[in-house]
Amino acid sequence: MRKRWVSLYVENEIGVLAKISGLFSGKNYNIHSLTVGTTEDATVSRMTIGLISDDDTFEQIKKQLNRCVEVIKVLDFTAVSTHMKEVMFVRIDHISPEGKTELFHIAEVFKVKVKDYSKDSMLLECCLTEGRNDDLIQLLKGLFRSIEVVRGGSVAIESISINDR
Amino acid sequence: MYSANSVGGGSVMKEISGNKLFVKAMKEEGVEVIFGYPGGYAIDIFDELYRQDHTEIIVPRHEQGLIHAADGYARSTGRTGVCLVTSGPGATNLVTGIATANYDSVPLVCFTGQVPLHLMGNDAFQEVDIVGITRNICKYAVTVRKREDLGRIIKEAFYIARTGKPGPVVIDLPKDVMETPGDPEYPAEISIRGYKPSTGVHIGQLKKAVKMLSGAKRPLFLAGGGINISHAGEAFTKLVEMTKVPVVSTIMGRGAIPTDHELFVGDLGMHGCYAANRAVSECDLLFSIGTRFNDRITGKLYEFAPKAQIVHIDIDTASISRNIHVHVPIVADAGEAIDKMFQLVTSCDTDAWRSTIGIWQKEHPLAMQEHGHMTAQTIIEAINRDFDDAVIVTDVGQHQMWTTQYIRLDSKRKLITSGGLGTMGYGFPAAIGAQIGNPDTPVICISGDGGMQMNIQEMATAVAQELPLILCVFNNSSLGMVRQWQKLFYGKRYSCTCLGARKSCAEKCKDMKVKCPPYIPDFVKLAESYEAKGIRVTKEDEIDGAFAEARKNTKCPTVIEFIIDKEDSVLPMVRGGESLSNMILDC
Repeated sequence: MRKRWVSLYVENEIGVLAKISGLFSGKNYNIHSLTVGTTEDATVSRMTIGLISDDDTFEQIKKQLNRCVEVIKVLDFTAVSTHMKEVMFVRIDHISPEGKTELFHIAEVFKVKVKDYSKDSMLLECCLTEGRNDDLIQLLKGLFRSIEVVRGGSVAIESISINDR
Repeated sequence: MYSANSVGGGSVMKEISGNKLFVKAMKEEGVEVIFGYPGGYAIDIFDELYRQDHTEIIVPRHEQGLIHAADGYARSTGRTGVCLVTSGPGATNLVTGIATANYDSVPLVCFTGQVPLHLMGNDAFQEVDIVGITRNICKYAVTVRKREDLGRIIKEAFYIARTGKPGPVVIDLPKDVMETPGDPEYPAEISIRGYKPSTGVHIGQLKKAVKMLSGAKRPLFLAGGGINISHAGEAFTKLVEMTKVPVVSTIMGRGAIPTDHELFVGDLGMHGCYAANRAVSECDLLFSIGTRFNDRITGKLYEFAPKAQIVHIDIDTASISRNIHVHVPIVADAGEAIDKMFQLVTSCDTDAWRSTIGIWQKEHPLAMQEHGHMTAQTIIEAINRDFDDAVIVTDVGQHQMWTTQYIRLDSKRKLITSGGLGTMGYGFPAAIGAQIGNPDTPVICISGDGGMQMNIQEMATAVAQELPLILCVFNNSSLGMVRQWQKLFYGKRYSCTCLGARKSCAEKCKDMKVKCPPYIPDFVKLAESYEAKGIRVTKEDEIDGAFAEARKNTKCPTVIEFIIDKEDSVLPMVRGGESLSNMILDC
């Protein structure tokens, strides 16, 4: 069992997201994250799907996706150099004055933006890899009592030359 | 895009409604028969169909019967079955039939009426999201939302349904879209970027597979339904004769080679014959064509064909290496692959292997236990004897398994059965469709008393269409297959499987000496009430006479009710999840 990534080109039509998510639930496959958006071609959408599975199941998932009439192309990003980022907002409340100083340090080191601010609250905007976002959540949970997280799921594109996972 | 007065190619294009384009599309697709049931949101299409005469409309009595009839028509003719129903309940009544066709790769195009676009999502009268409901049980489903897409979508539907691994397609037609005037042309060609069914065969892989075949000491062909779907039975038989490799088949593959052929061993799987299951367990090369290795044929997966290298030819990439590990995968249409193999194969030395299989065949031949009653075997053997050409259609249950065990099939005798989904109620309406598609061939439906009652309303359709269908009801007053499991594995606790039971019967009736109430319905009287013929057969020596009588009814169906013993079991049997070598041979 390990983490996999697929990138799908699909028809930008009503019901296609339901078809793909329904395929996963109907066949008992687990989606870890799924993002979808339009592309440079308005008739095509691109999905980035993260999932955890064994080799055989993953092969079957790719084949099942390929069978869908609405799916134009399936790319396996598991072992490919890609650029991959996930948008995440973290809101931290009930922060002490020392906590605020700490948070600014963290923001600097993790290269995330402080987007909003009040007497004892702060809002961070993060555009990191999924793994770095996980790390940041772990760190903040350990340091602060009240955090609220919204994650967008990863989007990925094949890299031109370098690996940035 | 055309408007009423736009000039296309120098001539004025007159716009037509979607309903008119629908009728035009049926003509261009060569649709001879539509299985249709009208309703509020399909009435406009039926009105257009009323004004044409190239497509015949068959009106069954229930939409489930309708789609099974279209399915039987498609399977027996090789053409695409077309269904037309209204929205809401008309559409939902198709669901079981869509799943049935999907499992057995049957090309169907199902048109469903729909409420106007502005009412969709409003919980309007007779509104359901049929595309959402059927998305996971069909090959493709779509709602036509713009009039200009209608022609293309219908064209795509027929293309998708019949190509690659065939399957059902659902097209949802909102009433207002169908009323809108638009382009009168039905497209001549389409291209779907996400759907390119594979063609051709990887010759390198095929050569490797053939080399393994000639090197094997105990090779075995496994014939699946894919061979029958691609009409490659004759080619396959020739291939088998060239190689001298014995054949086992799935129930969907039965008939790919004549069942009385000396190289045909029998069906494998849960109710396969002893020799076939032994052969699979002992072979050193299993050369499979057009099967998905369903759990009903493999039994316990890691004990399936334990000594064999496995070659797997299938048109569906997703079927390969899904259930069992395959050594040589080949994605190809069965017929194409077989044709390519002719140049590659040589005769294999299988004499010793075949004589071993011969010993197994003698050890435990396929035969029902004699007990003085008329058995299913004797009835089916009478069909073999009395009919040279026939389409045999079964329902689901014990009678289906007996049929797949004992029916003789060859190029003139075809079997139609719900193999994948195992849909009770399938047989009778499917036989109606088969008879409509094959008016000059005897069509014999073999059903149980349970399955027969699941779509019995179609008796009216069969009579109305003046079909000379022969309907054999194997009546054991029980849901026999479930009862057999209860007998073998559930301590004879016959929970809910007696169809003769009434409220006044003893709650847990164990005393077989108590006289049972008369069975309902009386199938003979029922047939007569529909103006069909009804015959009851209780003894072996009445069987041939009943069939002779039935053949005289050329303008109406004949129901022959065969009273059989509820204690008869389908044997051999491999318990679900057990290894194929672990067969129950008698009980």
